Amino acid sequence: MTPADRFECLLRMGDSALVLAQRLSEWVGKGPVIEEDIALTNVGLDLIGQARMWLSYAGEVEGRGRDEDALAFRRDAHEFRNALLVEQPNGDYAETMARQFLFDHWHRLALKAMEGSRDERVAAIAAKSSKEVAYHVERSTDWVIRLGDGTDVSHRRMQAAIDGLWMFAGELFLPDAVDDAARDAGIGPDLAALAAPWRSAVGAALAEATLAVPTDDWAQRGGRQGRHTEHLGHLLTEMQFLQRAYPDAKW
Amino acid sequence: MTSEWPLWEVFIRSQHGLAHKHAGSLHAPDAEMAVRNARDVYTRRNEGVSIWVVRSSDVVASSPGDREALFDPAQSKVYRHPTFFPMPDEVKHI
Repeated sequence: MTPADRFECLLRMGDSALVLAQRLSEWVGKGPVIEEDIALTNVGLDLIGQARMWLSYAGEVEGRGRDEDALAFRRDAHEFRNALLVEQPNGDYAETMARQFLFDHWHRLALKAMEGSRDERVAAIAAKSSKEVAYHVERSTDWVIRLGDGTDVSHRRMQAAIDGLWMFAGELFLPDAVDDAARDAGIGPDLAALAAPWRSAVGAALAEATLAVPTDDWAQRGGRQGRHTEHLGHLLTEMQFLQRAYPDAKW
Repeated sequence: MTSEWPLWEVFIRSQHGLAHKHAGSLHAPDAEMAVRNARDVYTRRNEGVSIWVVRSSDVVASSPGDREALFDPAQSKVYRHPTFFPMPDEVKHI
């Protein structure tokens, strides 16, 4: 596996964690209740910690002197390699939780597979992140079940959220040449092999939530190759403002 | 049906403590979510190894009006403290 491919792989993990964390941070101070505000912020902080580990290692592999901050704050949208799912707007609480739920279940499986990576750094980051993500999965699944199997309004909104986000989940299981190289080198997960366990776990939760599994499996893809929806640019504008306006500013 | 989530009392057992201690309270829709919220609100800084939650409405409390009757009589019974026994000098560590 070439260093360039390894760099790509690390960006894909790091950017998805970073962008989702930024989305969750938009809820800070606005959560529906203070307990949720704190809990969601905790999840966001977990993801920022994971993004730092992935991106600092990515910078080392790249070897051009970029650290985690340079990668997070000095790249433009087309250089980001996050999945389309995580850049989707927060919407209402059902959409935020549905996005989290679909991603968490993939994240858990991907990290689990990467714990056995032949790259020791990757294996170590995956092992540390796995513990955090095990909790994320439980939380978001709990909410999908409670809102799905809740009132008429919460059921309708949660079904709409799952339906609306479904087309962005598919790309998580569609490998490209970089993913194939990582899989063949024993460094990254076999993405296609994660689809069946993901469908089974997500399907079981949706059934308990009295929600229907969407039947249209057409997947929008491109995020992991740098082709994003219009939402990412707006997110980065806010996230990167300080470093763009005042380069190298320090606290 | 009320739109307010019920209140829960949270008890945390710390790393070194043997007993769960009252940490505070929080709102949650059900017991399972109360444990999750307690984890996020009260154990973020490594405070605990075990969590109990109980609905605040299930806690039976003594009434402030009964305070005199319940607690004042104990004030005049100093003999309940084991401080009146002469101890031989040879006995240590008691």
